[in-house]
Amino acid sequence: MRKFWCAFFVFWPIVAIIYSLISSLVPSLGWWFPGASVTELGQRIDNLFYLILYIVTTVFVGTQIAMGYVLWRASHSKDERAWFSHGSHSLEVIWSVVPSVILLFLALYQMDVWALFRVQAYFPKEAREAPVAEVTARQFEWRIRYPAPGKKLQLKPQPDDLYDVNDLHVPINRPVMIQLRSGDVQHSFFLPHLRVKQDAIPGQIIPIWFKAEKLGIFDLTCAELCGWGHYKMRAQLSAEREVEYEAYLKKLQADQNYDGHAIPSAVAKKDE
Amino acid sequence: MSAAGIAHEHGHEQEHAHGAHGHHELSFFHKYVWSKDHKIIGMQFLFTTLLMLMVGGGLALGVRWQLAFPWTSMPLFGPLFASAGGQISPEFYTMLFTMHATVMIFLVIIPILAGAFGNFLIPLMIGADDMAFPTLNALSYWFMIPAIFSFGMSFYFGGAAAGWTSYPLLSELRVAAPGSGPAQTWWLLGVTLVGVSSMMGSVNYMTTIINMRAPGMTLFRMPLTIWAMFITAILQAFALPVLTAAGFMLLFDRLAFGGWLEGVHTVFFTPAGLVVNNAEPTVGGGQPLLWQHLFWFYSHPAVYIMLLPAMGMVSDMLACMCRKPIFGYKPMVYSMSAIAGLGFIVWGHHMFTSGMNPALGMTFMVSTVMIALPSAVKVFNWIGTIWGGRLQFNTVTLHCIAFVSMFIVGGLSGIFMAAVPVDIYIHDTYIIVAHFHYVVFGTTMFGVFGAIQFWFPKMFGRKMNETVGKWHFLLTYIGFNGAFFPMHMLGIAGFPRRYADPYIHPYLEHLLPLNQFITISAMIMGFAQFLLLGNFVISIFNGQKAGRNPWNANGLEWAAPSPPGHGNFDVPPVCYRGPYEYSNPNRADQDFWMQTDPTRSPKKPPEETAHGHS
Repeated sequence: MRKFWCAFFVFWPIVAIIYSLISSLVPSLGWWFPGASVTELGQRIDNLFYLILYIVTTVFVGTQIAMGYVLWRASHSKDERAWFSHGSHSLEVIWSVVPSVILLFLALYQMDVWALFRVQAYFPKEAREAPVAEVTARQFEWRIRYPAPGKKLQLKPQPDDLYDVNDLHVPINRPVMIQLRSGDVQHSFFLPHLRVKQDAIPGQIIPIWFKAEKLGIFDLTCAELCGWGHYKMRAQLSAEREVEYEAYLKKLQADQNYDGHAIPSAVAKKDE
Repeated sequence: MSAAGIAHEHGHEQEHAHGAHGHHELSFFHKYVWSKDHKIIGMQFLFTTLLMLMVGGGLALGVRWQLAFPWTSMPLFGPLFASAGGQISPEFYTMLFTMHATVMIFLVIIPILAGAFGNFLIPLMIGADDMAFPTLNALSYWFMIPAIFSFGMSFYFGGAAAGWTSYPLLSELRVAAPGSGPAQTWWLLGVTLVGVSSMMGSVNYMTTIINMRAPGMTLFRMPLTIWAMFITAILQAFALPVLTAAGFMLLFDRLAFGGWLEGVHTVFFTPAGLVVNNAEPTVGGGQPLLWQHLFWFYSHPAVYIMLLPAMGMVSDMLACMCRKPIFGYKPMVYSMSAIAGLGFIVWGHHMFTSGMNPALGMTFMVSTVMIALPSAVKVFNWIGTIWGGRLQFNTVTLHCIAFVSMFIVGGLSGIFMAAVPVDIYIHDTYIIVAHFHYVVFGTTMFGVFGAIQFWFPKMFGRKMNETVGKWHFLLTYIGFNGAFFPMHMLGIAGFPRRYADPYIHPYLEHLLPLNQFITISAMIMGFAQFLLLGNFVISIFNGQKAGRNPWNANGLEWAAPSPPGHGNFDVPPVCYRGPYEYSNPNRADQDFWMQTDPTRSPKKPPEETAHGHS
């Protein structure tokens, strides 16, 4: 039975490691990141994740091996008595100092990515000066307000602002900033493929920036419990070329200005 | 003074201690119901929390059922859990996970550690005849009953559904969520009552440990269990008032009083001009983030309240099962103190994505990452304790090893969350769920299961069945890892928490089979708990009889009869040495050396020659 239990406690870390390896190396299973990050900052976040993963895996394997070893020795010992020891001062010093150095390094090493993501002074200047849209989360949808083409987004809604729901369009390859608000309770703006997440706090306007570097339609979901329909806040981020983005805004404008009588040529063409 | 006075009063009853069961002065009511005996109160806590464990587990299986087989009727519990049509509706789902967390945290983990084991063990391990304030102690249990009643009323009104964290405005405005009506008010009342109960326990434990130790029981001769309980009591005493205050603030925000109290309608957490669910715009000037700060100022230390006592108990059990002194007793004490101290300045890591000042994110990251250090020191010391021991694989040992092994996983996965940039992505995904279940279930509950087996003979004078105990361990361990390890992968895949139906999102569709695997594992784990309950109940009556010291352990509690009578000790205990003198070479005839054993060592006491710290 001793052998069984020693093997049992060694067996599960091995399973865990194999399972993690399969998950990370076989992307078709979908048990890992939903694709490489679409933003450069997101890639840096992933790199930090992998850095921690390597350190943590080393510690995990090390401690589990140590554990398996001491278990085997302690349960198969032929000595009549256990080793009488109250500890070792030098070992305590070593295993306090070494992890503290590694941990402190890890913490400090994270700082600049965080600053780039969140500290407004480090936001790209072009994005900071001209936010592309205001996103207002409410139960259970995302309302998006764009400034009219050629104009700047104002804090207060303007008569010529353009509105859409659950479909945020941004141009690729340029940093864009969004003003995030909540209309009712707390929500969280989560773009898994861009590694962007920011809570929407009622009563606050929180800027977020990102720079999509791939064309495509990406999921936009809510990551903070906001009521019974929390799971339903399904929306999308359409990252498109500058021209398509401008065309989209033009179409929004045309649709919004449509008075029911005169059919603007642009709209008529698209409808047919 | 009064503490000592009460203690003496109990001291007079010591002559009856032997025939505890035939204690004729007390009626059944005073002996088993309104009892002021810490052991009975501890057992009352234990029975109640084990019952609640099953309730909380049932709720968890409801959550898991919905995630694995969305919108289908749940077998067995279906008619009970689901509203019309047998489906779990999304609002019911939010209530399920809210109440699962509430029951597990407030009615299982905190009271089973501090309430059940704290009560039972503290006086026995320090050689006192009872707690310093026995009446307060009884009240601390009896306040749990109205708390359970309040949570029950919350169920009755549909269940609070704003998550156990109850972030306003979801929890504050009645129109915001189906569970934010009376259910939320009852929920807040329940949490406040649990807080009152914890506070009474905490004051009692501190006073008892400081004032009522047996002669010779110096601070550094206290078993680590007692150190852990002491530190936990301090944590509770300082952190809990903040939660209570926050709870009342939320209550005042929620309640619309009439009459002369009409003016008492505060807006601590309500900003102005929000249109929630098409109701009238809110009036206010409050700040919802304030709640998060206040809530987590309690609830992060609470994580350590849910962990430290188990760490202490495992240290004691592991040393005994390895027949070896605990490796680095003082570093263990210091690291627990460090965890408790740092525990007060890490609450902000729950709020990295909340929109608080980004500079705070950096400071909270450093403190949070550094709290991994004392945790690591403890793990190394546990492994050091096994190193060179003489280990027997009984049920207690298995649970202790599982405790250490699971704590390694839970501790290491915490580093990902502590790193702010990485947390941006994984915040509020399933990797968080995996992490805290590894800590609170994998670590604490395995510690508790071990502790139940270990101290059961002291509680009831009988041993629990080893075979059933091992099967319970095996199934729980396999089920637990099968359920929670894959959740790390769900989190990395960006699977958000608290989704009633995640599969409507294109990037999550393919995760359904993995979730089904998790649910089946969770069912195995849930099933295994019936083995524990059955073993527990049957062993009370039919277990193998145990003497005073069935494990050949050193602590003072093993010098008392099993079960100890009223007043605990038949011979007033005197403590001669530390609690971990196992396999001391100066004791040739036996490999343990009880703290109460007056035998002198022939030579210089070995702890001075062999001690690593000299």
